[in-house]
Amino acid sequence: MLKLENISLNFDEFSLKKISFKVAGGEYFVLLGKSGAGKSLILEIVAGLVKPDKGKIILSGKEITNVAIQKRQVGIVFQDYAIFPHLSVKENICYPLKANKIPKHKREKIVMDLAEEMGISKLLHRKPSTLSGGELQRVALARTLTLNPKCLLLDEPLSSLDVQLRNEMRDVLRKLNKEGLTIIHVTHDYQEAVALAQKVGIIHNGSIIQTGTLKEVFHTPKSKFVANLTGIRNFYNAEIVSNKKVVLEKKVEISTLPIIDNSKEGFIFFRSEDVVISCDKIDSSLTNSFRGTILTIIPTISGVEIVVDTGIIISSYITEQSVKKLNLAEGKKVWVSFKATAVEFIGR
Amino acid sequence: MQKQSKFQLVIIFLSGIALLFIIAPMFGLMFSSSVSQLTETVADKEVQNSILLTLTTAFFATLVFSIAGIPLAYILARKEFPGKRLVSGIIDLPVVIPHTAAGIAILGVISRNSVLGKTAGAIGLDLVGNPVGISIAMAFVSVPFLLNAARDGFVSVPVRLEKTALNLGASPLRVFFTISLPLASRNIASGAIMMFARGMSEFGAVVIVAYHPMITPIMIYERFGAFGLKYAQPVAVIFVSVSLIFFIVLRVITDRKTD
Repeated sequence: MLKLENISLNFDEFSLKKISFKVAGGEYFVLLGKSGAGKSLILEIVAGLVKPDKGKIILSGKEITNVAIQKRQVGIVFQDYAIFPHLSVKENICYPLKANKIPKHKREKIVMDLAEEMGISKLLHRKPSTLSGGELQRVALARTLTLNPKCLLLDEPLSSLDVQLRNEMRDVLRKLNKEGLTIIHVTHDYQEAVALAQKVGIIHNGSIIQTGTLKEVFHTPKSKFVANLTGIRNFYNAEIVSNKKVVLEKKVEISTLPIIDNSKEGFIFFRSEDVVISCDKIDSSLTNSFRGTILTIIPTISGVEIVVDTGIIISSYITEQSVKKLNLAEGKKVWVSFKATAVEFIGR
Repeated sequence: MQKQSKFQLVIIFLSGIALLFIIAPMFGLMFSSSVSQLTETVADKEVQNSILLTLTTAFFATLVFSIAGIPLAYILARKEFPGKRLVSGIIDLPVVIPHTAAGIAILGVISRNSVLGKTAGAIGLDLVGNPVGISIAMAFVSVPFLLNAARDGFVSVPVRLEKTALNLGASPLRVFFTISLPLASRNIASGAIMMFARGMSEFGAVVIVAYHPMITPIMIYERFGAFGLKYAQPVAVIFVSVSLIFFIVLRVITDRKTD
């Protein structure tokens, strides 16, 4: 669907180096990286706002690297929304329809339908200066969607919203994606990737250092940077069975804090630092305890990572002293425990 | 605290002097003529025609040169090209040279022997001593106000909005007319008003291009030279009043439109 091949761009103090990735039709692709990594620049290159020095962009089998911005059929929503301040909400949404000479009676219907879908019908006659950030974003999204773009590019779409609005916007984005829209979403927040992505690309200093499914990237980070960025080794498909019980990978049931989320499925993750290893079962406040076998012991910069098979694979970070004290070795049977409060759930 | 208040007193005193410097002569002028003198001057056909000529020539100068000047201002705001600084400097040239010299320069361009003069002559138009010539002279000395204000206006429009409009399928021409121009319109309007004001108050350049038909600044000078201060004052009062009313009305209209 969308393919970037060896896109390079040099500035004085920053450069994009041979950026290549593929996004399949209908896929939700999240580009994850710290600020200044070059994420937004990639979106602008795909949209045609910035010309790369080298490389190709292919959309639906056609090369669009040198196609004019207005003919690319790629919609972009900026972090600051870029709503035209002198036009009303309705005029903003109508703008692309007028620019593309859609007849008036069709324009009305498209605007009304999209406003309804985005929940902004009541705002149509307002001026942008009177809207909140969340409302502006919906207007920007509605405006971009009027022309049915082949691919939607989102620059940090959730970062400036409060928790409530963020959840609502996640639902909107999921719905759009389910309806078949290909989405590339740029963010610095791995939780957004977890909540939305089918595939992720990790970008660092102008290079893409890993792409793959969420599990591939989180379970087998190709570099220390990726591991630190996501920080998550214990990452599982989850099914809610009750308010405080979740089944991981259809194998192991764990306890959590009460889950306030309407979804039935999602992901569970917890940090390796929160996992305790012991030789015997301990009587403590740790509500989740499982017996398993140590698969590997991997030295890291800050200590040691112990990987235990308990039916699901669980990783724990402990100190070298603890390894010696407990006499840990590969193949040894141990108990792994973690608190319900250490567990995070993100619904899908 | 004591020092602060003394400092403030000095500031207020100096500000008062600066303001008085502008207000006092204007105030003096406004009360220099009797009501009967003023009514007599208002009824004077020569004065009426002169004010009308001044307003229309300044208006057309602003209108015609806006059409040509605004694209130049846009290019200066958006494009990088070799010699851009030189072009910006050239734009300010009419403001810094003596206006009589500007008049001489204009005369060279529009005289009967010049290319422009000959072309105009071919359709029976003599630019020297003609309202068209007056408009050209007014525009020459006043167009920098419009160009600079319009350029600043375009600079203040975020490039991102223009790019967003392109991304939404608008052509560059459409983006200019629907995004860039409306968002820069406040600056452009204020530049146009300044250009109009500067044009209608021009004396030096116009007097060389056309003594007749007589625009009001020249009429004031002529009456002063031929008959003395008392005869020049009522014309000046009326011209200043008309100008003030015009600017206030224009400001109100443009402010409302851009709000």
